[in-house]
Amino acid sequence: MHDSMIERVQNNPKFHALVATRARFSWMLTIAMLVIYYGFILLIAFSPATLGTPIGNGVTTWGIPVGIFVIISAFVLTGIYVRRANTEFDQLTREVVEDAKK
Amino acid sequence: MKSLLQKLGLAGTFAAVMLMSSMPSWAAGAIEGAVEKRSLNVHAIVMFLAFVAFTLGITYWAARRTRSAKDFYAAGGGITGFQNGLAIAGDYMSAASFLGISAMVFTTGYDGLIYSIGFLVGWPVITFMVAERLRNLGKYTFADVASYRLSQTPVRVFAATGTLVVVALYLIAQMVGAGKLIQLLFGLDYTYAVILVGILMILYVTFGGMLATTWVQIIKAILLLSGASFMAFMVMKHAGFSFETLFQQAVEVKQAGAQALAAKAAVASEAAAVAVATNAPDASAALASAATAAENAAKAAKSDIMAPGGLVSNPIDAISLGLALMFGTAGLPHILMRFFTVSDAKEARKSVFYATGFIGYFYILTFIIGFGAIVLVATNPAFKDATGALIGGSNMAAVHLSAAVGGDLFLGFISAVAFATILAVVAGLTLSGASAVSHDLYASVIKKGKANEADEIRVSKMTTVALGIVAMLLGIIFEKQNIAFMVGLAFSIAASANFPVLILSMFWKNLTTRGAVWGGAIGLISAVVLIILGPTVWVDVLGHAKGSELFAYKNPALFSMTAAFFFTWLFSVTDNSAQAQLERGKFKAQFIRSMTGIGAEGASEH
Repeated sequence: MHDSMIERVQNNPKFHALVATRARFSWMLTIAMLVIYYGFILLIAFSPATLGTPIGNGVTTWGIPVGIFVIISAFVLTGIYVRRANTEFDQLTREVVEDAKK
Repeated sequence: MKSLLQKLGLAGTFAAVMLMSSMPSWAAGAIEGAVEKRSLNVHAIVMFLAFVAFTLGITYWAARRTRSAKDFYAAGGGITGFQNGLAIAGDYMSAASFLGISAMVFTTGYDGLIYSIGFLVGWPVITFMVAERLRNLGKYTFADVASYRLSQTPVRVFAATGTLVVVALYLIAQMVGAGKLIQLLFGLDYTYAVILVGILMILYVTFGGMLATTWVQIIKAILLLSGASFMAFMVMKHAGFSFETLFQQAVEVKQAGAQALAAKAAVASEAAAVAVATNAPDASAALASAATAAENAAKAAKSDIMAPGGLVSNPIDAISLGLALMFGTAGLPHILMRFFTVSDAKEARKSVFYATGFIGYFYILTFIIGFGAIVLVATNPAFKDATGALIGGSNMAAVHLSAAVGGDLFLGFISAVAFATILAVVAGLTLSGASAVSHDLYASVIKKGKANEADEIRVSKMTTVALGIVAMLLGIIFEKQNIAFMVGLAFSIAASANFPVLILSMFWKNLTTRGAVWGGAIGLISAVVLIILGPTVWVDVLGHAKGSELFAYKNPALFSMTAAFFFTWLFSVTDNSAQAQLERGKFKAQFIRSMTGIGAEGASEH
């Protein structure tokens, strides 16, 4: 990569927009995942009885749907990120790269 | 008295099964019955041989297409996102995951789910933070990224060390699983089984490189997901497709087990009383066994498979385990290496998305399989030895379940798949260890980046053979360790040594060589030392008295990872050398490449 190219990318407002939007988006999703997972772990650590409480009169406890929810949320959050990154962010990246080559 | 008995009855058989899992039931005479009984399982042998023949065919095909270093390390960069997602999932769905986690659900119930969730949640974070930067910056190994703007020699030596330690621990878990499985299935001696795995793995990697390793992994992932889906389906069918019924049945089985234990304790205490009263010579032994029986019964009375149990009893240990699993994933060299097999950042992202889906689905299946094993395996004397323990140990719960739901033919299929899983994972691990030696140590450190490609590949192949032999030896030495737990150790080290350096090299401008090497080394050493001083090794492996451990927690990651980040920061900010200024100055260009992919390694033409 030439210095002139670095300069052109560096001076391109689109690049800064891309970096800022993407960083905000990925931090948001990371924090969402951390809150969900550590919320789950801390709940177990400090109040194990909560997730051991049966739902209604059965043997199935609240821990089961909550656990499944954590698994599904991991998949869904990844999907949300990949969808936006592969369309909007990649489009912006392409524009930045083309501008830099001019 | 009645309420006490009721309590004993209400709780699960945690202690009973823990006892089973800690007993070396596959050792000595226990395994022989099983071996005799299953040595005629022609289905298993035929299916396994078919898998080996097919994968060796792939290796032959791959060998003809593997010429350059890029082919060897990264399958030419021509793997699609979907294929790579399957391969990553395959690397993750190791025998330790499949057998270990289903065994954990089988013994502890809900705790198994907590454990598997920890393995999954690292993936989204890898997607958001690591995947595309890694793809844009790296070539063959994660050390390429960590050393991108730093001094090559020290950083590569550190990264290669981190890689080899993690690979070694992971390999041990896989080899032990392989040995036990084949021993049980084919009646082949443990040692021969381990050697067989070692030889096949050497063949895949030396001849087929990453292309063969990836396709072996993809095929195995498809077989394993299909097999596990079928088992879960049959379990649910047995329970009338109702989770409530399945859980109800499992709880009943555990209750019956706890009652049996309580009865056993009563008998033992009576015998001890008689021995003491008559002043028999073995009175003290009788007392001790009565005490153990009482302890087991009490433990069983307290446990509940539908609620969080002992795994997360201590908040510090819980958080520490969570950190190790979550960030360890982002520091596993054989997983990180897979990001270089796709053509660009877009495919890298897609890979993780598919991988997360497959892995999440797989863990839900193992949860159902574990509960299915409680209902269908723990109740069936055909799967137990004379002492009432599972034949082959509790890690064989899923294998026995396959026989229970699908007969001998399906047992053969699952056994062959479980074995294939081990083969595929050890191949990936070995390739990653070999790359660390040939690409990081030989080409970059010894030859200062001027190695010729043919020599580099040759070193890689020689290392593969050497690692194969080391893996066989380690497999034999570590025969009696719990395999799921060894993987836990690998994660702690990956999270404490590899991950901090990798993430800071991509995100933090002020990182310098001094900071990366010192901080990473402190993370690595503290993780290892704390594991040795903690209950896992100090008490369980070295046999010191319970409670005498010098470090109170099973999982060191909270401390060792924090130490790594802190010292990386400290040694970087206090580094005022000219070299450090230069390294900081290079961050801008690195950042632009990591964000845009300008100058990144492309896919090679095939």
